[in-house]
Amino acid sequence: MILTFNTLVAVSLGYVAMLFAVAFAADRRARAGRGGWLRSPLIYTLSLSIYCTAWTFYGAVGYAARSGLEYLTIYLGPSLVMVGWWWVVRKLVRIGRAQRITSIADLVSSRFGKSVPIGALVTLIAVAGVTPYIALQLQSISLTFAAFTEGLEGGRADVDFVALWTAIGLAVFTILFGTRNLDPSERHHGIVMAVAVEAVVKLFALLAVGVFVVWGLGGGVGGILDRIDRAPIPMWQGNGGRWVGLTFLSAAAFLTLPRMFHVLVVENDDDRHLAVASWAFPLYVLLMSLFVVPIAVVGLDRLPEGSNPDLFVLALPISEGHGGLALLAFLGGFSSATSMVIVATIALATMVSNHIVAPLWLSTRRPDQVSRDLRGTILLARRASVGGVLSLGYVYFQITGSGVALSSIGLIAFAGVAQILPALLGGVFWRGGTAKGAGAGLAIGATVWAWTLFLPSFGLAVIPATVLENGPYGLDWLRPRALFGLAGLDPLLHAVIWSLLLNATAFTLVSLLTFPKPLERLQGAQFVNVFERAQPGRAWSRSGAEVEDLLVLAQRVLGTEAALDLFGAEAGRQGKSGHLPDPTPAFLQRLERELAGSVGAAAAHALVGQLVQGPGVSVEDLMAVAGETAQILEYSARLEQKSAEQERTARALREANDKLTQLARQKDAFLSRISHELRTPMTAIRSFSSLLAEDGLSPLEAQRFARIVEAEAQRMTRLLDDLLDLSVLRDGQVSLKRQHGLLADVIDRALLSAGVARAGLRVLRDPGQEAVAISTDLDRLAQVFINLASNAAKYCDADRPELRISVHRRGGQVIVDFADNGSGIPVPEREVIFESFARLSGRRSGRPEPSGAGLGLAICREVMARLGGSIAYLPGQGGAAFRVAFPQGLAAAAE
Amino acid sequence: MARRVLLIEDEPNIIEALSFILTRDGWTVHTHADGLTAAARVKAGSPEVVVLDAMLPGRSGFDILRDLRADPATAQVPVLMLTARGQEKDRELALRLGATEFMTKPFANAEVVAEVRRLAGG
Amino acid sequence: MARAPRRPVFLPPAGYRQRRLRDAARLLPVAGIVLLLIPLLWKPSGTPQGVGNAAALLYVFGVWAALVAGARLLAWLLRLDAEEEGGEGPP
Repeated sequence: MILTFNTLVAVSLGYVAMLFAVAFAADRRARAGRGGWLRSPLIYTLSLSIYCTAWTFYGAVGYAARSGLEYLTIYLGPSLVMVGWWWVVRKLVRIGRAQRITSIADLVSSRFGKSVPIGALVTLIAVAGVTPYIALQLQSISLTFAAFTEGLEGGRADVDFVALWTAIGLAVFTILFGTRNLDPSERHHGIVMAVAVEAVVKLFALLAVGVFVVWGLGGGVGGILDRIDRAPIPMWQGNGGRWVGLTFLSAAAFLTLPRMFHVLVVENDDDRHLAVASWAFPLYVLLMSLFVVPIAVVGLDRLPEGSNPDLFVLALPISEGHGGLALLAFLGGFSSATSMVIVATIALATMVSNHIVAPLWLSTRRPDQVSRDLRGTILLARRASVGGVLSLGYVYFQITGSGVALSSIGLIAFAGVAQILPALLGGVFWRGGTAKGAGAGLAIGATVWAWTLFLPSFGLAVIPATVLENGPYGLDWLRPRALFGLAGLDPLLHAVIWSLLLNATAFTLVSLLTFPKPLERLQGAQFVNVFERAQPGRAWSRSGAEVEDLLVLAQRVLGTEAALDLFGAEAGRQGKSGHLPDPTPAFLQRLERELAGSVGAAAAHALVGQLVQGPGVSVEDLMAVAGETAQILEYSARLEQKSAEQERTARALREANDKLTQLARQKDAFLSRISHELRTPMTAIRSFSSLLAEDGLSPLEAQRFARIVEAEAQRMTRLLDDLLDLSVLRDGQVSLKRQHGLLADVIDRALLSAGVARAGLRVLRDPGQEAVAISTDLDRLAQVFINLASNAAKYCDADRPELRISVHRRGGQVIVDFADNGSGIPVPEREVIFESFARLSGRRSGRPEPSGAGLGLAICREVMARLGGSIAYLPGQGGAAFRVAFPQGLAAAAE
Repeated sequence: MARRVLLIEDEPNIIEALSFILTRDGWTVHTHADGLTAAARVKAGSPEVVVLDAMLPGRSGFDILRDLRADPATAQVPVLMLTARGQEKDRELALRLGATEFMTKPFANAEVVAEVRRLAGG
Repeated sequence: MARAPRRPVFLPPAGYRQRRLRDAARLLPVAGIVLLLIPLLWKPSGTPQGVGNAAALLYVFGVWAALVAGARLLAWLLRLDAEEEGGEGPP
C-alpha cells in the first residue's frame, strides 16, 4: 500500500463522510420515533469513552515511556468514579433529569439560586480550561499527518494547514448536528451515535496495534513480560504524591469536564444505563490502557533513538512496513480527537449561549419587549460559539506551538475544570452552600490555577523568567511555582493543591458566614434531597401573570407546537378545555423547567420573572419547605395529591354544570334569537311591500324598494338554510361524501368563494405545506374554510389585514391554522363564539350590512365533529386564530 | 316647523322604511344606530318622540330606556319601543321601565305613523 | 412505602438484602482506593528490593479487573426498579 498525503486526506474525508451518514441516519431514526435502540446502555457507555481522547490514544504511550505506571492514574480516577456511581454520579444524573439541566454551568448556577454570575463564572473557567485541550487534539491530528507523510511521496504535511482545516471541518460537523435545533432536552442522537461509532473504531485500532506488538513483535505474553522487566523505564518510580494526586485530579475532571458532564448527565435518559456503565466503562478504559506499556517498551527497543514516544502507536506499524495497520491506527487517533472536539464544543457552546449571551441579551431589553425571536438568537449564539471555541483552540495551538508533550497539556485542562468540583459536590451534598460561597471559591480557585499553571504554560512571553524566579514586583511569596514559599514541589501538584485547597476553603468559609437567598435555599433543598419522593419546592408563590403572555413567551423559546402542547396538556390536567391553563405556581414551575431545558435555568428564571410580577418566593413560603420532617412531607404530599384530584374532578363537574345551565338558557335565547332574526327581514319586507302597493311612488323609489324586498327575502332564505343545515348536522343525519383531493385545492376554492381578494385581505400561504392528499368530505371542509376566511375578511381590523394559513401534520391528523393580524377576540367571548347566534357584542360598527346570523362558527364546529376532527380558538397568535384539525383519511365508520 | 322624531335603530333597511313613511307624514327624522351613545343623543337633540329598537349593538334598548327615565331631562320624552322578539315578557319589561308604547316587528306602516302622532300629541 | 409516617424498625428480608447490596455498592470504590494505595509502600523499580516492572503492572491491572468484575456482579444483583421504593432511607 502506497501512502501519500493525498491518500491520507482521502481516507480521512471518507471516514468523516461515514460519520456524517451515521449521525444523519441516527437523527432521522430518532425523529421518526424509532430510536429505541439508539438509547441502549451500550451506546451510553460507548459515548462516555470520549474521555479517551487523542491524548489517550497517542499520549499514553509517551507518558508511560517517560513515567512508567503513572499514566494509569488518568484512567483509574474515572474508573473509581464509575465503580462508585452510587455515591455521586447517580445523584448528578437524577438532578440533571429532575431540573432539566443543560450543562455543568447550568447545574451549578441552578443550584445556587439560578444565579447568572455563577453560571458565567463556571462557563469562563470551562472555556479557559478546555481550550488547551482542544488545541491538543488539533496538535495530535496534525502531528500524525506529519509523521505519516515524513519522507513519503508528496512531502511532509504542513502542520498548520492540517490543523486549520481540521478545525474548520469539525466546526461544520458540530454546527450541522449539534445546533440544528433547540431541543428542550438538549439531546443529540446523531452526535451520540457518531461518538459511539468512533469509540469502537479507536478501541479496535489500539487493540489491533497492541496485538500486533505483543504477538507479532514481542514474542507473546511471556516474551513481552520479560521485555517489560528488562526495560529501561522503571514502572514504579516512587512518586506517591503524583500517584494519589493525579488519580484524584482525573476523577475530579471526569465529573467536571463539560464534555464528560454532557454525555454522562445531559445525554443520559435512563438511570439503569448507569448500572451497566459502572462496570463497562472501567472495562473500556482498562482495554484502552492494556497495551500501552508493551507498545512503549517495544517502541523504545526497536525504533531509532530520539523518536517521539507520543507517536509510537503510529510509528511502530510504519517502521515495520504494515501500512494498513498504520492507517487503522491513524483512524483510531483521528476518531479520538474528533469525537472529543465535537462534544466538547457542543457543551461549551451551550454554556456560552445560555450563560453569557442569553443573560446579556435579556438585560438589554425591557420586560415588555422580551425577544421577538429568542429562539433564533440563542441558536445563532450557539453556532457562533462553536466557531469561537474552535478558533480559540486553534489560536492556543498556534501560540504554544507543537513542542509540548501531549500529557502535560491535558493535565493543565484537568486542573482548570477541577476548580468546579467544590461548588459541584458542595452544592449537591450540602444544603448550607451559598451562592456567595460558591462564587468566592470558584473565583479564587480559578485565579490560583491561572497564575500557577495556565499562564506559565504559554511560556516565558506571558510570565517572564524573573517573575518565575522572584515573584511579581519581587513579592517572593507569589512565585507561580512556589506559592507561599512552598517550593520544591512538582509544579502540577503544587498548583492543584493550592488552587483546590483555597477554593474549597473559600467556598466553605464564605458559605458559613453568609445567608442564602430564599431561592437558593429552595434549590439547595431540591438538589440535596433529590431522592426524597415529595418535592414541595415552588419557585413561584403566586402569580399576576396573564397566561396568554406566558404562552407567547413559551412559543418564542420552545416553538409554537411544543408550547401549545405543553399548555394544552396542563389545561387538561387542571380539568380545563382549550389551550390556556390557570397560572398556578406548580404550572409556572413546570413551564420554567421546560424553558430551562432550552436556555438554562438562570435565563428561564429571568424570563418567567419578567412576566410574573411580585416576589418569586418569600421567606414565609420557605418556612413551609424548610425544617420539614419526612413524615410531614409524605403526609402533605398525599393530601395534596388527593385534594388535587378532588379539585380536578370538581372542576370538571363545575364546568359541565355551567355548560348545562348555559345550554338551557341558550335554548330560550335560541328561540328568541330565531324569532328576532326572522322578524327583522320580515319587518323590512312587510313595510316596503305595503309601500309598493300604494300609488304615488316614483319609479326610481319603487325599483329601489323592490330590490330591498328581494334582498331581505334572500337573507331569510339563507338563514333558514343555515338553520336547517345546523339541525341536520346536529342530528347526525347528514351523509358525508368521501372525496380524494389536495388540501391546497380545497383552500384555493374556499378563498375564492369567500371573496377574500375583494375584501383587500392579504393571504399568506406556504404551498409546500399544503401539498397534502386528503380523503374526506371536501365540500364540507371547504365550507368551514370559507367561513373562517370570510370572518377574517369581515372582522380583521388591522390597517393592512393579513390572513396566514399554515398547515402541518401530526400523526394521522392534518392541522390547518387560520390566523389574522387584527385585534383578536377578547378572552370572555372566546367561550361563546362557537354557539349559535353568537355575534360579538363589540361588533365593529360602521358595517351595517345584514350579514350572517351568527351561525357560521356553530356550523363549522358541527361539520368538523362530523369529519372526526375539531375546530378551536388558538390563543397567543397575535390576532384572531382558529385551528382546524381533522384526520387525513375519514374513517369509514363516519360515513 | 316640522316636528322631530329620533329613530334609534341599527338595521339599515328598517331605518330606510321608517324614515320614508315618517318623512312623508311631515316629520323631520333623525337616526342613530349606536346603543352606547343613544341616551346622550336623545338629551342633546330633545326630539318630540323617540322610536327605540330593543336590540342594538353596544347597549340594549331596555337599558337605554332605563337611562332615559332616570335622567330628569329626558324622563318625560315619549318613547315608542319596537322589538322583533315579540314575547309577552318583553312587553311587560318595556312598559315597566316606562315605555310610552310598545310595538312588535313586523309592523303595519299606518299603525307606526298613527302611534307616533298620538305620542307627540299626548 | 418506606416513608410512611411510622417506619418499621426492622425491614422484611427482601428490603434488608437490598440495603446491604447498596452498602456493598458504596463500599466497592473504597476497597478500590485502598488497594490502589498499596503501591505507595513499594520501593521504586530498578532499585535494590524495588518492585519488578511486570509485577507492578500486573498488580494494578489485577486490582482494576477485580473492580470491573465486582461492579458487574453488583449491577446485576441490584435491581434498579426496587430503588424507586427505597429512596435514601437509613440502613
